[in-house]
Amino acid sequence: MIEVKGLHFSYDRKEVLTNVNLKIHDGEFIAVMGENGAGKTTLVKHFNGLLKSNKGEVLVDGKSTKDSTVASLSRNVGLVFQNPDHQLFSETVFQEVSFSMRNFGYSEEIINKRVNFILETLDLSSYADTSPFMLSGGERKRVALASVLVSDPKHIILDEPTIGQDFHQKDKLRNFIVQMNSQGRTVIIVTHDIEFVVDCKPRVVLLSKGSVLADGSYDSLFSNTDLIDKASLMSPQISLLMASLGDLNFDPKIMDLYQAKTILEGKLKNCL
Amino acid sequence: MTTPVHRMDPRPKFLIALTIFIMSLLSMNILVLLTLFLVQIPIIYVAKSFHRWFNSIKAGAVLASLIFVMNFITGSTLVFSLTMTLRFLVLISAFSLFFMTTSPDDLGLALEKMGLPYMLSFTFTTAVRLVPTVALEAQTIIDAQRSRGLELDKGGIVNRIRKYIPILIPLIVSAIRRSTELAEALESRAFGVTQKREPLTVLKMKQSDYLVAATVFLTLLIGIYIQITISLPNFDNNVTMPPIWQFWD
Repeated sequence: MIEVKGLHFSYDRKEVLTNVNLKIHDGEFIAVMGENGAGKTTLVKHFNGLLKSNKGEVLVDGKSTKDSTVASLSRNVGLVFQNPDHQLFSETVFQEVSFSMRNFGYSEEIINKRVNFILETLDLSSYADTSPFMLSGGERKRVALASVLVSDPKHIILDEPTIGQDFHQKDKLRNFIVQMNSQGRTVIIVTHDIEFVVDCKPRVVLLSKGSVLADGSYDSLFSNTDLIDKASLMSPQISLLMASLGDLNFDPKIMDLYQAKTILEGKLKNCL
Repeated sequence: MTTPVHRMDPRPKFLIALTIFIMSLLSMNILVLLTLFLVQIPIIYVAKSFHRWFNSIKAGAVLASLIFVMNFITGSTLVFSLTMTLRFLVLISAFSLFFMTTSPDDLGLALEKMGLPYMLSFTFTTAVRLVPTVALEAQTIIDAQRSRGLELDKGGIVNRIRKYIPILIPLIVSAIRRSTELAEALESRAFGVTQKREPLTVLKMKQSDYLVAATVFLTLLIGIYIQITISLPNFDNNVTMPPIWQFWD
């Protein structure tokens, strides 16, 4: 479990996080959302010890991150950064993906097995011997993802995973994330992509100006237009459509395309 | 910021930094270097930049300590080692003060006024402007690699240096990528099409700027004269540490 207790954090005397309290249970799927500069990335950087709180504490599996190094925490907490170019340096994709495994001291046999598995899973096998710098933006993003997932961390944090991904890659990514979550891993995504969040159906933590604005299921939060507005987000397209048909009094929690289709079809049939 | 130091024309400010630079290179006297260091503190207070200046000195302290240690263990006297360290800090301080109180735009205009071609002054000011961005990017890269289990503070000296490869390669690649994108963006906006440029703002020295420049120039001349003609007290007490290689014999 990841537990955040009264967390305060400042960059150069400017408070970025103010009294954040949060409990993330093992195997949960969380989306951290909010406006630019709300403190989303700052918050998740506390989970693997990259940042240490000024006040309050962060406990990962019962242990304060202040008492652990980033290296020891990153065995259990994998953090995939927003920009893949901030980490790629190896000659080949295989070497790049195996970097963390070597740092953690795994044997060559396990490294080969795990790297090949993760490359296969993320559609990167054909690039194993290619330089990561020769890949497209979306492919580089997948290499960065693979290089963290390869060590099989218990908690996975993805910072803006959908940026630069086309529709099909986004869909694959969503399936992959849901699959990881169903295998018992905690998944935390930091994103602005509300449609992606609706597709994933996680618990949502809305941050605004460094504080938790709301915490709850995606449909209860996204159907509250005040909250959406405060967090500088835009309601999901289906929600907007249902809201625009105000006279028909649709449930504001309808965000799923198929659910909306079924309801609208029913209404249309009644009309005809 | 609108302190008198920030408002000053960049040329006299550059002359101050240059004077401190020349004086610190000419003198090997610890008292002179200490004076050069201390004389900057009132200017830093007037510029209300003590916190940022202190951070620059703190960042340079690691290299300064290395300069001290390397000099002392290779047989230099204690005073000589301290002098070399202080010289380094004086240089950091002088140029930090200049860059902290001069906007890149003013710097570019000043360089052009001094006869540097626009292309070169633009390249220089762009490089200065990108320093904070690159520093921020370097920190993000360090964070990303640490999140993959890289421990920069473990192992022997050679091993630690080698561990910086995963930091340097993404940083260099990113810098090259950024410069290419910047060049393309500039070209798309017709950069360099007009040979004769008409600047929006023109730098003009005020009376106070001339006064500062004259005072600093005079100070420089007096400093050089003292350095050549007057013998200042030498505090070197010949305290040395045996050269380190003696321990290997």
